[in-house]
Formats: sequence, C-alpha cells, structure tokens
Amino acid sequence: MAGTAVRGRLTWQVATVGEVIDETPTVRTIELDVPDWAGHRAGQHLDVRLTAEDGYVAERSYSIASAPGEQVAITVQRIADGEVSPYLTTELRRGDQLELRGPVGGYFVWDAGGAVSPLVLVAGGSGIVPLRSILRHRQRSSSMVPARLLYSARSLPEVIYHDELGGYGAVAVTCTLTRRQPPGWAGHAGRVTPAMLAEVAWPTRQDPLAFVCGPTSFTEYAADGLVALGYPPHRVKTERFGGTGGP
Amino acid sequence: MPAFGRLSRGKDLDGMSHASRGFHGRRRDPEGAEGRVPPGQYVTEDFPVLSAGPTPRTALDQWTFTVGQPGGAARSWTWQEMRALPSETVTADIHCVTRWSKLDTQWQAVSLDTLLAQVEHDAAYVLAYCDGGYTTNLPLEDLTGGQAWLAFGYDGEPLDPEHGGPARLLVPHLYFWKSAKWVRGLRLLDSGEPGFWETYGYHMYGDPWREQRYAGD
Repeated sequence: MAGTAVRGRLTWQVATVGEVIDETPTVRTIELDVPDWAGHRAGQHLDVRLTAEDGYVAERSYSIASAPGEQVAITVQRIADGEVSPYLTTELRRGDQLELRGPVGGYFVWDAGGAVSPLVLVAGGSGIVPLRSILRHRQRSSSMVPARLLYSARSLPEVIYHDELGGYGAVAVTCTLTRRQPPGWAGHAGRVTPAMLAEVAWPTRQDPLAFVCGPTSFTEYAADGLVALGYPPHRVKTERFGGTGGP
Repeated sequence: MPAFGRLSRGKDLDGMSHASRGFHGRRRDPEGAEGRVPPGQYVTEDFPVLSAGPTPRTALDQWTFTVGQPGGAARSWTWQEMRALPSETVTADIHCVTRWSKLDTQWQAVSLDTLLAQVEHDAAYVLAYCDGGYTTNLPLEDLTGGQAWLAFGYDGEPLDPEHGGPARLLVPHLYFWKSAKWVRGLRLLDSGEPGFWETYGYHMYGDPWREQRYAGD
C-alpha cells in the first residue's frame, strides 16, 4: 500500500476556461488553463470552487479527463436538480474563471512507466472519465501494456468520447447499451453480465490490473464479478460515485 | 496556518474575491440543517458509498474484533461476545470528504469506551485495520468519552456490507473515511501513523468543521 503522498498543502488557483466540448446532450468537457498546475497522474481528480456574488461558495470534486502532460480538462455530467453541474455544463463559457485545486487522490491511478500488467477498464456512464485519462496516457506514452475497455452506457447518444473510443490503437473496446440500441447495433445490450466481464478480463495468470468506475451499484457488481473470476481484491481498484462529483 | 483555508474562502491571497460569473448557487439544505452542515458540504438523502476496492464479505463465525498494543496485551471479541456487550442507538450527522453530509443517521453500536476499558494500555494513537486491507489513523482521545462506536446496525437492520458490515467504526465528528468499514481491530500506538487515505495526501486528523480534507489544510 505504498503511496505517493501529496507534498505540502493544495492551494486554490484561478483557472481560465478554454475550449468547451459538448460530448453528449448532458455531458460537457471543459478545458482549463491553470498557470501553476503541478501536473497530474492518470485517474486523479480535482476540486472546483464556485463563488456567488454574495459570497456563497459551492465545492465539488471532478475526475480529470486529460492525460498527464495534456491541458487540464474535466468532463461533467449535468444532473438535472444539481447545483453545480448545471452551471458548469450550461452557463460556463470560454474565458470564464473558476477556482480549483489539485490533483487529488493517489490510489485510483495508473502510471505507464514500468507498467506491465494488462489493464481491464470497466466504466459505467460518466465513470469513463478517469479511464479516458488512463487510455490517453497509455496512448501518449506508447505503452505496450495490453488493455481492454468495457463501457456501459444507456444509449448510443449517451456514449461519452464516442469518436475517440475506437482510436486507442490495440485497445479492444466493448460497449453495452442498457436502455436503447440503435438498429443494427452489433455491441452488447443490457446491463453488464458475468459473461461480458469474462470477455474483457485477462486471465489471472497474467497478473492483470482492473479499474472500475461508475455508479455505486454498477461498481459493486462489476468489482464482485471480477473477484468471482479470480481477481485478487487488491488488483481491482474502484471508484464509486453518487458521492464524488456530486449533484 | 490551519485556519487559512477557511479565512480564504472565495478570496485569493490578495483578498480579491473570485466570484464566478453567472453562478448564484441555490443550496437547498433541508429544514433544521442550519448550523449542522460543515463548510464545503451539501446535504444528501442518499447514502453514497466510497471504497477503494471490492466489498469484502466476512462470515460472522469468522469475525473477531481485536484491540491491542504491539508487544503488549490484546483483547479479542467474537461476534457473539461483541453483541453481548451493552449497545445503544446512536443518532449522528455524518460528513464525507467528497462533500456529502447526511443528517440524523441512526446506528446500533457498542461504544468504544466499553471495548477500550477492557484493554490495559498507554497508547495515544490508534490505527484501525479492516478486511480488504483498509486502514485509518485516529488519536485515541477521539475514540473515548462517548464520541466513537463499533456499529453493527443501521436503521434497525444489520449493517449492509456495502456500508461496512458486519461492523464498522462510527466516529461522526471526523470526516467519514475515519469511520472505517469492515473494521476488524484497533492497533494501539505511541505515535500517529498514516493509514490508507492519509498516505495518499488526505489529512491526518480530518475535522470537517475546519475543512481538513487534505494534508496541510
């Protein structure tokens, strides 16, 4: 359980919004210009702080969507009755400023350097965000580590990063659509099953490493499924939201 | 400067406010929440789950809880022995470092005062350890005096494995990562030793009212 401690305190910095990309009708990627960004690892998150004119403050955590070395970006899912996500996904525009601090978290991370274990990445909904950072990091560092992604989304229009998912080289991407499938859909339909997990899970003798991120029930199910396939619990890293990110 | 984070809320070093254009906020904390929600938190009715790995499941006949000082005396309880101890219903507000707070949660629990009174020791710190390998550190004085419990029930039901069952720590005055799920024992120590999240940059103490989320806060 050796970890990388964050040195010193994390100070709030002013970031300027750069490009804003609509990923789906309710999901937006926000690129951020952070002058004193110390760099991040794939899988880490950051804290955003918004201040109203009257001094009222709201804070939330978001996974970092970009790879180490890339411009900082977050991808935010709008939650209809939320307080912060509707602002970030509808009101915020290029040139706006917001405060953030980070990076935070050192367990749900993957470093390409020295990595040999095959990767199993399992995402539910916007749980794809930190895994996208891992995939881009793998790609940018020309890592030869084999990787497979199982991604569960409700429908094709709700698949985040749709246009780049096929472009991770040798990474096999398996997608299941739980609510609606378009005509001629060749992928899986319905919720993740043990058979789908078995399809993406590397044999345990290869000492694979799994990252699972999504809503709580999804993550519980997928992590339990990998353990049932013989994965040691410490090789299954999870991030559950419902708490993180927040409304 | 432990209080710096609070004094600087919404302001930069130069004292300039960084109002976010077009952000009005509309916290809708429920009735009666006033004064009970620490800075940077929002109230949720849900019970979110945060864990770093799969949920361990330990059979009750395999379960024990051990309190001991390395090289010193230790005391273990089986599930039946623990359940035979006096227990109480605890109502508490809980605060997760990921910013949700949940008010008036109800637990069935044994006070750690009861357990610690049965172990002779001179420790000042504790490292709680759990099934699945999780650990967290706490000062001993935060576990005594009616502030901390070993919880085995929630809302009158056995504690769900997702939420830390069969038993978890309940230390509601600190961020909830200190209330270790699937807890199996307390290692009594002379000095503070970082646990799992503390090793990854989270605060050694974790007082939500001082917003001690990360090291240095």
